[in-house]
Amino acid sequence: MDDPLLIAGEKFSSRLIMGTGGAPSLAVLDRALAASGTELTTVAMRRVDPAAAGSVLDLLADRGIRVLPNTAGCFTATEAVRVARLAREALGTSWVKLEVIADERTLLPDPVELLTAADQLVADGFTVLPYTSDDPVLARRLEQAGCAAVMPLGSPIGSGLGIRNQHNIELIVESAGVPVILDAGIGTASDAAIAMELGCAGVLLATSVTRARSPELMAESMRLAVTAGRLAFLAGRVPRRRYALASSPPAG
Amino acid sequence: MKVVINGEPHQAAGAMSLAQAVAVLTRAESGVAAAVNGDVVRRAAWHTTQLADGDEVEVMTAVQGG
Repeated sequence: MDDPLLIAGEKFSSRLIMGTGGAPSLAVLDRALAASGTELTTVAMRRVDPAAAGSVLDLLADRGIRVLPNTAGCFTATEAVRVARLAREALGTSWVKLEVIADERTLLPDPVELLTAADQLVADGFTVLPYTSDDPVLARRLEQAGCAAVMPLGSPIGSGLGIRNQHNIELIVESAGVPVILDAGIGTASDAAIAMELGCAGVLLATSVTRARSPELMAESMRLAVTAGRLAFLAGRVPRRRYALASSPPAG
Repeated sequence: MKVVINGEPHQAAGAMSLAQAVAVLTRAESGVAAAVNGDVVRRAAWHTTQLADGDEVEVMTAVQGG
């Protein structure tokens, strides 16, 4: 079935966006990305380390996976805008996963700095994909600011706690005019399927794959879960009933 | 002249361009960006950007993350 994910006019046949953090080696990451079927994958921007061996950029280029730089580690709008501009220059893309976090313990987004940074980056011509809390009002404000998608968290980054407030995710999906991508908190395949069943346009995950006992196997399970959840969403689930409804004819 | 490259003090014998400062760390032809005192400088302008005493240079690339 032809059902591409559309972000800012670009088509992706996979609805699974991968992160690259936490993998034990580039070789393991490479196999996991291949198994995931992803076409869009995040990287972080850091100071050049002359001793570093191998490059995640070469790996993504070899696989034909589009790179999505993030602003991980930024606590203020000013820092995030600077990192986004460095990424645009280094990687030749104006797409950015905008992350502005409030503190190290929760890694929750700082809504005020996030919205400020989104405003500045949109004005500077960036295609902004913000990592946000599961607040429907903030999601709406980010969309109004011109973001190309909104990416609410299911639960804190790396926690694997799944989607703690499914109702809020539904509210965001209901009113959003841009793709909603569930970002952060996915623990296992069922969490990714639930995100898609709730109507999310895609899922972004890293830890649940890169730190799984078998990253490659978990990546494949995520690929299938995202597809299964999407198909279930499109198919339309039956209503929940309080009592049984016989599936065999009662007469005859 | 003394400049700071990715947080490390660096003593230059004479004039130093941004291109020379970047080359202290990497010879990569792509995937690298540089900023001087917080302002991003396009790669095409690295050779013509002369550093001044005390300038802080950041040289960044993509790593696994997110």
